[in-house]
Amino acid sequence: MTDTPAPRHIPDRLDKPLSSAIFSWEALLVVIAVAIFAINSFASPYFLDPWSLSDLTFNFTEKGLIALAMALLIISGEIDLSVAAIVALASTMMGMAVQAGAGAPVLVLIGIVVGLGCGAFNGLLVTRLGLPSIVVTIGTMSLFRGIAFIILGDQAYKGYPESFAFFGQGYVWWVFSFELALFLVAALIYWFVLHRTSFGRRVFAIGSNPVACQFSGVRVDRIKFILFCLTGLMSGIASVLITSRLGSTRPSIAQGYELEAITMVVLGGVSILGGAGSILGVVLAAFIMGLVTFGLGLLNVPGIVMSIFIGLLLIIVIALPIVWRRLREGRFA
Amino acid sequence: MKNFFKYREIWLLAGIVLLIGLISTRFPGFANPANLRQVFNDTSILMILALGQMVVILTRSIDLSMASNLCFTGMVVAMLNAAHPAIPIPALIVIALLVGLVLGAINGLLVWRLNIPSIVVTLGTLTIYRGATFVVSGGAWVNADQMSSDFINFQRAAFLGLPVLSWIAIAVIALFFVVMTRTQIGRSIHAIGVNPTASVYAGIDVGRTKFIVFCISGMIGGLAGYLWISRYVIASVEVANGYELNIIAACVIGGISIAGGIGSVGGAVLGALFLGIISNALPVINISPFWQMAISGSAIILAVVLNARGERRQGRIILRKAEAA
Repeated sequence: MTDTPAPRHIPDRLDKPLSSAIFSWEALLVVIAVAIFAINSFASPYFLDPWSLSDLTFNFTEKGLIALAMALLIISGEIDLSVAAIVALASTMMGMAVQAGAGAPVLVLIGIVVGLGCGAFNGLLVTRLGLPSIVVTIGTMSLFRGIAFIILGDQAYKGYPESFAFFGQGYVWWVFSFELALFLVAALIYWFVLHRTSFGRRVFAIGSNPVACQFSGVRVDRIKFILFCLTGLMSGIASVLITSRLGSTRPSIAQGYELEAITMVVLGGVSILGGAGSILGVVLAAFIMGLVTFGLGLLNVPGIVMSIFIGLLLIIVIALPIVWRRLREGRFA
Repeated sequence: MKNFFKYREIWLLAGIVLLIGLISTRFPGFANPANLRQVFNDTSILMILALGQMVVILTRSIDLSMASNLCFTGMVVAMLNAAHPAIPIPALIVIALLVGLVLGAINGLLVWRLNIPSIVVTLGTLTIYRGATFVVSGGAWVNADQMSSDFINFQRAAFLGLPVLSWIAIAVIALFFVVMTRTQIGRSIHAIGVNPTASVYAGIDVGRTKFIVFCISGMIGGLAGYLWISRYVIASVEVANGYELNIIAACVIGGISIAGGIGSVGGAVLGALFLGIISNALPVINISPFWQMAISGSAIILAVVLNARGERRQGRIILRKAEAA
C-alpha cells in the first residue's frame, strides 16, 4: 500500500510456485463464471438472448478498462482511488468543450488528455515527492471531483453531438458494441505488456521488492509514473465512453467506480500487496461482475442488494483458497 | 520523539487558528465562542469516527466500512425506535454499540483468522453492510415523525453549556487519550504499526490486537450511527454514502501516517476539526458549498506533503540514501 519499501517485510507469496497459484485462481474464476452463467440462464428466460448478453457487457466495459490499468498499478504496489473523479473531471471538460461548439474528435481528445494529465499529476505527487499513493489519491479524488463540482454545481451538460454517441452506444458488428471491442483490444494490449515484455516483468519485480529493483537498475519511479499516467489515460477513455453513453455530464458521474474497479482487480487474483496477478484474471473478474449484476437485474433484484453479492463474492473468493489450504494443512482442526 | 509529535500537532493547531483568523476577516462573527462551540458540536461525529479509524490505521490496516456500519446501525436503532418508542435512549445506545461491535468483529475476524488484507475485507463489507441496510429496511426511510422525541432530542439537550453530543465527543476523546497513552493495548497498537515483526518478538499478539482495533472502529461506527441519525433525523440507505473517505481524510490531515505507527488522538481530533471548520465556514463567507470538496482535497494533499517531510526523518538512513541514488 505504501511506497516506502519495508525491507524487513518477508514476501508471503514465495511458498508455492507463482504459475500454479495463478493457474488455479483463474480456473476458479472460470468455474464461478460458468456457474453464474448457468444459474442466470435457468433463472431468467430473457438471459440467453444475444442482445441481452450484449447489454450485459455495458455493465463492466467502462470499469473494466480502468481495472486493466489499475491491475498494473496494484501489481506494482501502488493504488489509485481517484479514477472515478478523473472520469468526472474529464467528462466535465468535455461538456465545457461542447458548449464551446467542439466536435466529436476534439471531445475524445479532450477526454484523453484530461485523463492523462490527472494521472500524471498523481504520478508526480507519488514519485517526485515520495508520498503514499493511497493518501495522495484520496486527496486528488476530492480535488478532481471537487473541480467538477465547482464548474458544474447542480447543473448538467447536455447536447453532445450525434457523431459522439457512437463511442458509448455504437456497435462494431452485429451485437458487439464498440465498448466491448475496445475493452477486448485493450485487454489484449495490457496482457501483452504485462506478461510478454520486460516492462511487465519490471512491474512485477517492483511490486515484489522495490528496493531490490532499485539496486538492479530498474527505474522504479519512472515506471510507477508511467503506470499512473496509464491509469489516468484509461480513466479518460472510460470517461469518453460513459459520457457518450449517457449523453450528459453531472459532477456525480461515475460515483463509486473506483471501488468497483479495485474489486474487479482483487477478484481477478491481483494481490493487493503487489507483486502478483494476471490480466486474464482481471478480464474474467470483469465478466463475473457483469454477469452477477445483470443476472440479478433480470430477476428484479435492486442494485443495492446486488452490491451485497459483489461484496460477498469478493470476500468469499479471497477467503476460499486460504480456508482450503488451511483445511489441507489441518490447521483449522 | 515526543517533542516531534507535539510539534506536529501544534503546527496543525496553528493552521486551524490561522484558518479561523482568515475566515474572521470575511465574517467577524465566526471566531466568537458561541459559534466555535457550534462548529465543535457539528464536527463531533466526524471526530469520533476519526478516532475509531485512527486506531485501525495505526496498526497498518484500514477500515473502509465505517460509514456503511454507521448507516446500518443507524437504520437498526431508528427502526427499533420507530417500532418500540418505549426503549430508553441509553439502551438504544448500548444496542448501537453492540451492533457496531458485531460488524467490526466480522471485519476483525476476517483480518485476524484468514489474514486477508484489511483493505480487501472492508472493501467487501463496505458494500455488504450498506446492502444489508436496504435488506433490513426494505428500502424504506425512517422519517423524523416516526422517531420519538427522546430519540431526536437526547443529543441536543444542553448540559453545562454544551449539547450532549459535544459531551459525548469529549468523553470519547478522553477515553481514547487514556487508552492510547496509558494502557498496554494502546502501546501495542502503536508498536504493531511501527514494527510488526519486533512486536511479535516482544510478545504482542498482532492478529488479536488487529481484531481488537476493528472491534473498536466497529463500536465507534455504531455509536456514530445513532448520533448521525438522531442529528439529521432521517435514516435511509444513502446515509453517509462515501463518508468513509472523509474519515480517512480527517486522519490524514491530522498527521496519522497511512503506513502505520505514527499518529495521536490530538491529531485525529484536530484533523476532523479542520474539515469541520471548512465546511462550516464556506456558507458564511459566501463561497459556494460546491467548493468544499476541492478545498478539502487540496488540504489532504498539502497535509500529506507536509507530514511526509517529517516521517522521512525516521527509518533506516542507509537504505534511504541508497534508494535515492
